[in-house]
Amino acid sequence: MSPQATKVQQVETVTIRFVGDSGDGMQLTGTEFTRANALAGNDLATFPDYPAEIRAPAGSLAGVSGYQVNFGSREIHTPGDAPDVLVAMNPAALKTNIADLRQGGMLIVNSGAFTDSNLEKAGYKTNPLEDAALKQNYKIFLVDMSKLTDSALEGSGLSSKETARCRNYFALGLMYWLYSRPMEQQLEAIKAKFGKKPQFVEANQKVFTAGYAFGETSELFFQRYLVPASTLTPGTYRNVTGNYATALGFATMAKLTGRQVFLGSYPITPATEILQEMSHFKEHGVVTYQAEDEIAGVGSAIGASFGGALGVTSTSGPGLALKTEMLGLAVIAELPLVVVNVQRGGPSTGMPTKTEQADLLMALFGRHGEAPLPVIAAQSPGDCFWAAMEAMRIAVKWMTPVILLTDGYLGNGSEPFRVPAASELPPLQVKYQTTPNHDGAYMPYKRDAKLIRPWAVPGTPGLEHRIGGLEKDSLTGMVSYDGMNHEKMILTRAQKIANVVEDVPDVEVFGAPSGELLLVSWGGTFGSVRGATEELRAQGKSVSHVHLRWLNPLPKNLAAVLKSFKKIMVPEVNGGQLAFYLRGMFPGVNPLQFNRINGKPIKIAELAGKVLEAL
Amino acid sequence: MSTTNGQTPSLPVYTKKDFESGIDPRWCPGCGDFSIINQVQKALPGVGVKREDIVFISGIGCSSRFPYYMNNYGMHTLHGRAPSFASGLKVSRPELMVWVVTGDGDALAIGGNHFIHAMRRNIDLKLLMFNNRIYGLTKGQVSPTSELGKKTKSTPHGSPDAPFNPPALAIGAGATFVARTIDVEGAHMGAVLKSAAEHRGSCFVEVYQNCPVFNDGAYTFLTDKAVKADAQLRMEHGKPLLFGKDNRKGIRFNPQTAELEVVTLGENGVTEKDILVHDAKREDPTLAFMLANLSLKPGFPSPIGVFRDVRRPTAEELTWEMIDAAKSKKGNVDVSKLLAGGDTWTIK
Repeated sequence: MSPQATKVQQVETVTIRFVGDSGDGMQLTGTEFTRANALAGNDLATFPDYPAEIRAPAGSLAGVSGYQVNFGSREIHTPGDAPDVLVAMNPAALKTNIADLRQGGMLIVNSGAFTDSNLEKAGYKTNPLEDAALKQNYKIFLVDMSKLTDSALEGSGLSSKETARCRNYFALGLMYWLYSRPMEQQLEAIKAKFGKKPQFVEANQKVFTAGYAFGETSELFFQRYLVPASTLTPGTYRNVTGNYATALGFATMAKLTGRQVFLGSYPITPATEILQEMSHFKEHGVVTYQAEDEIAGVGSAIGASFGGALGVTSTSGPGLALKTEMLGLAVIAELPLVVVNVQRGGPSTGMPTKTEQADLLMALFGRHGEAPLPVIAAQSPGDCFWAAMEAMRIAVKWMTPVILLTDGYLGNGSEPFRVPAASELPPLQVKYQTTPNHDGAYMPYKRDAKLIRPWAVPGTPGLEHRIGGLEKDSLTGMVSYDGMNHEKMILTRAQKIANVVEDVPDVEVFGAPSGELLLVSWGGTFGSVRGATEELRAQGKSVSHVHLRWLNPLPKNLAAVLKSFKKIMVPEVNGGQLAFYLRGMFPGVNPLQFNRINGKPIKIAELAGKVLEAL
Repeated sequence: MSTTNGQTPSLPVYTKKDFESGIDPRWCPGCGDFSIINQVQKALPGVGVKREDIVFISGIGCSSRFPYYMNNYGMHTLHGRAPSFASGLKVSRPELMVWVVTGDGDALAIGGNHFIHAMRRNIDLKLLMFNNRIYGLTKGQVSPTSELGKKTKSTPHGSPDAPFNPPALAIGAGATFVARTIDVEGAHMGAVLKSAAEHRGSCFVEVYQNCPVFNDGAYTFLTDKAVKADAQLRMEHGKPLLFGKDNRKGIRFNPQTAELEVVTLGENGVTEKDILVHDAKREDPTLAFMLANLSLKPGFPSPIGVFRDVRRPTAEELTWEMIDAAKSKKGNVDVSKLLAGGDTWTIK
């Protein structure tokens, strides 16, 4: 069979997982392959899964890093339940991931890494590649990528360590061939990435080409695959991670309003990229400030908001815990602030690089005193853009801190993002009070009909005033220890946040508006739950789906929607926090729960199975 | 509006009264804080900044009620956290003059981290720390500046903890302006505040402040008429470090021991030439640090005045240089270009 004649099979979707040692460059391989599919017009979703340690001992089980991408010619909601293809760069990667590979799936292994020492580090007593069951269950392709990379770089003058670091490009080249992607764009990308070090441009291009050529000439693979472009809404697309999209949303707000967006932040996994990305948006009116700790991160943002900037702080769970006292101050001072919490596994340090949705109740209630604030959750990586803009619009309009919940899966995961036209962006005017508002004086707590207080900023003559954390008189803002004034202020602040409901869109029911079972989700589980709903509906089941973007205030029509179904099920990556909240907010509603808290997104098949049991 | 007194043309002529909010301070009778606010309100008309461009930010404690009594913009924030708010505000709006008012517990215990970072970043904050060596608002517990062995409500058997020496801490943390003054020395405090207002960069002013209720007489060893001349070392830039009655005593640097020592003019052939001349503008902080440490050494006077006053680019200046550079390099990018940055593809 000549290479040219290799059969090309068209497939609708495919899920590939790249796994290797932390030092093997799997995140790069994954993102580069994702880019190729994005440029080819596929819809896709990705899931990077890496250890908290930067470099766990080489070859160890703890050091395995993975990147999963699901791409297709139809709409893709999740990074895929079980990979169709597993690319394993060493024995530890095989051991920790083989159970996820679907029966009959393709297993591509760097056989050169299956040395006695690596097998021992992975805890294998015998070489698993010789295991009969493995051969029976999967289509195995043994490729000695170590040796093939070495020979591709023979005479290049690179050290053996440098050569080993090129190996991931061999795997990438092979996948390019296998999935019929054009090489040229990748050769360009390598040039752009390593431009400053020409010897690495040449080496990585060589190895990438060798990987591609290996597919073509080795006759190991009897067919290639092609995933045609999807039928996404027409437009210009780019691939974005959730953290990038969040940063882009804030920068866009700076651009649209002409006001400074001030980000005070402290590095924390998995939220750090928001700080990093925003530091590149200086020319758009973004100021970034890396604070000495989480508390100073939010403090600096509140200070900037007092000065008239649009204050933002970004963090993850442990950081939100540290910021809670500050949030109380922002509530009582009634200053605009957006707090982004990229949730991760808790409690305590928990699982920093793994995803979770267990900060919902902290976001809603985790402050001392009566301190309500709006809570919004993004539903996909690209949606983080829209959610960031919405959170900021609400914070400014209502003079309140807003918590935006994303999670590690959304923050690190990516998907195609349709670039909106300027006309699609929501308008926002940022206005400051510049004149006295009460008999020639300025009363900082004199509210409008919606109970919103004015925002007068330093530099405005005649409106000098003092605010702070002590309870204040309902008009003058002066310190007040009057008990009835305190109660009035508590009720007023609560009513103001309740009034935000005018900006909360009604929930839309996916599927029939009434029926047997309604799945209710929030945040990053959108894709899994929507995917399961589609599957179940295709089987003719009476299942609908409602996704909550707004957690406080809840949408006005939610109560009526919940009552239109015989059963409600709430799938969450936590112990049942939304279910608990709904029980409290809608007495009589008692949802079934599906809780999976393993650091990963919920699998569509597993959820669909639970729903079938419940029906 | 007036163009007199050398200030910017649009600057109104202010009097002390323009900086009084009209709310009567609620400090205990005899509290040192009264004299401090009095000096601050007296100093502000002379700093050349509009009233609406001045912001006072405080934390929690007796001292931190300060912003309520000033007729400027102000924020009374959280315990220990004032420098974080002030840093964000100043970086965001460098044209404002930002003062931080704090106490020894607020700045050095719960707020120690924010304090050292505000100092090392060299953000132009004017941080006034009222040091009464006690927790006043919680009624008399040991503070991070209380003396070793101090008996308080929380240390009935004496404090087992060594105290901070605040100016030494500020110098160590990288503050570019470090000074100390005393609540009862009004004229001295006024001069120090003026220098602080003129400085650009992180500014630390320790004010020895008497708490008449919980730590009365903490500074009489320094302020009593009978001992004052020998106990105070008044540092003035460019002048020899002389003290004592008739300025007969002085501070000499001993190169053999690499330490400062007290000498008396006319004794053992000591003349004024041997006396260390105070140089607050010295870039190297070592001498300032040695001077700061004298206040804890038995047999030495306590220095007051400006230890250190050096000019370096501030964090907000550098931040805005970078922002301006990015803006001039990339120009005014249209929002659609921002949104469509990076690799894109089109679906028709």
